[in-house]
Amino acid sequence: MDALIHQVLAGLATGGIYASVALALVMIYQATHLVNFAQGELAMFCTYLAWTLINAGFGYWPAFLLTVGLAFVLGVVIERVVIRPVENSPVLAVVVVFIGLLVILNSIAVWIYTGTIKTFPSPFPTEPLFGNKFMSSHEIGAIVVTLIMLLLLYAFFRFTPLGLAMRAAAQNPASAKLVGIRVGWMLALGWGLAAAIGAVAGMMVAPIVFLEPNMMGGILLYAFAAALVGGVDSPGGAVFGGFLVGVLENVLGAFVIGNELKLAVALVLIIGVLVVKPSGFFGKVHITRV
Amino acid sequence: MALLEVAGLRAAYGPTRVLHGISFELAEGSITTVLGANGAGKTTTLRALCGMVRTEGEIRFGGRRIDGRATEDIVRLGIAHVPDGRGTFVNLTTEENLRLGAYTRKDRPEVETDLERMFAYFPRLKERRAQQAGTLSGGEQQMLAVSRALMLKPTLLLLDEPSFGLAPLLVREIFEIMRTINQRERVSILLVEQNAAMALDLAEHAYLIETGRVVLSGPADAIKRDEAVRRSYLGY
Repeated sequence: MDALIHQVLAGLATGGIYASVALALVMIYQATHLVNFAQGELAMFCTYLAWTLINAGFGYWPAFLLTVGLAFVLGVVIERVVIRPVENSPVLAVVVVFIGLLVILNSIAVWIYTGTIKTFPSPFPTEPLFGNKFMSSHEIGAIVVTLIMLLLLYAFFRFTPLGLAMRAAAQNPASAKLVGIRVGWMLALGWGLAAAIGAVAGMMVAPIVFLEPNMMGGILLYAFAAALVGGVDSPGGAVFGGFLVGVLENVLGAFVIGNELKLAVALVLIIGVLVVKPSGFFGKVHITRV
Repeated sequence: MALLEVAGLRAAYGPTRVLHGISFELAEGSITTVLGANGAGKTTTLRALCGMVRTEGEIRFGGRRIDGRATEDIVRLGIAHVPDGRGTFVNLTTEENLRLGAYTRKDRPEVETDLERMFAYFPRLKERRAQQAGTLSGGEQQMLAVSRALMLKPTLLLLDEPSFGLAPLLVREIFEIMRTINQRERVSILLVEQNAAMALDLAEHAYLIETGRVVLSGPADAIKRDEAVRRSYLGY
């Protein structure tokens, strides 16, 4: 029983990270109807930035906040410089640009930092909190950080005029322009936010998986599964999906299929959802009249 | 001086030319209507004014050239557009839709009073305040579209077929409110309509367009008495 509880809680901790990356994917998807394949590499790259800052003598939390800010700027710049010119191109062209970004970010990381595995510090104590035997402090800390971030995002989109404008621009760009919203900038802002969310996820996962240029590969796959399970156009669904995938992956990996096949859980989920219920748990069903 | 001056306006969707150089004016504080059959270019005219289609020719608003500007910038000059199809943000609430109308305004306290003013004009919207706008009826969505446009505090209101798909009683109500808005708040209105009889009753000045050209213009009373207009558009 203890082992099961342990696995479920550990699953929630990694699930929070999948939830964050899934949320970043959903944000871009809602605005552009495209899945950003470079989301994971962007997060990885930002985690390297954080590592550089920490090694340059910054404290963990100042480096954390600075990285989130830099990630935001990086996201905005990428949207303005790379994505904007292909905005109205066919879907396939944009997907190729996303894959190009993925490869470029990965290569730059290898070029600057070499491919060797680095340790990334955790800001949380090494002894378990409150003497509990189920979760490490980092796991609890990662969940708390994720939840705070989700809450802030929710408040931003729900209660601020800018958040409302971003939702409006994503939903109905033509009408948004007619009330004076600069839709192009809202997209850039969405990219910035997505990159910032990814950066937080990267910094939370790096102490667990270690820092290396391919660290987000598997996580991006789980995040895809999470986004699909929740419904790829539903932010709340993405968060739910993230936690669900995290728990499933851990529990199944520990008791049923073994650790080697863990990643297959994500693939099976992706295929399963697409076959059985393509709109996911909370997604909208799209009906097209012919 | 006219508030809006349009000269030689041309517009096309791809290779299909829709407007072949139309010219018209709108006096400050007036209601002017553009009449015409389906496909005559009425909607395109409004879209051209807002920079939603590529145009040639001159558009002046308050003396300033606005052709070729981005839609967002034109809106910020005080031109509100109630688009064809109403442009509702279907997943947002009625109140959020209205607040978006005031997105470019900086006078927060007055936005609150304007919100209440809209609810006074359209009490139905107040009842539906927290409801998803997509669940509103067609008539309610039209009220929402008109009041969302008014939340901008526009100088000029562009209305694209506000009567479309609505029950006659509701149409009369909306036209009555437009008259009130024009008189009480001095908002100039450019009204595009298929319901020629009602539009001519409301407007002071009218233009008739056919296949992208202005074929007739004058005071609404005179147009109403025009033999050809009466037969083709008023149906008696």
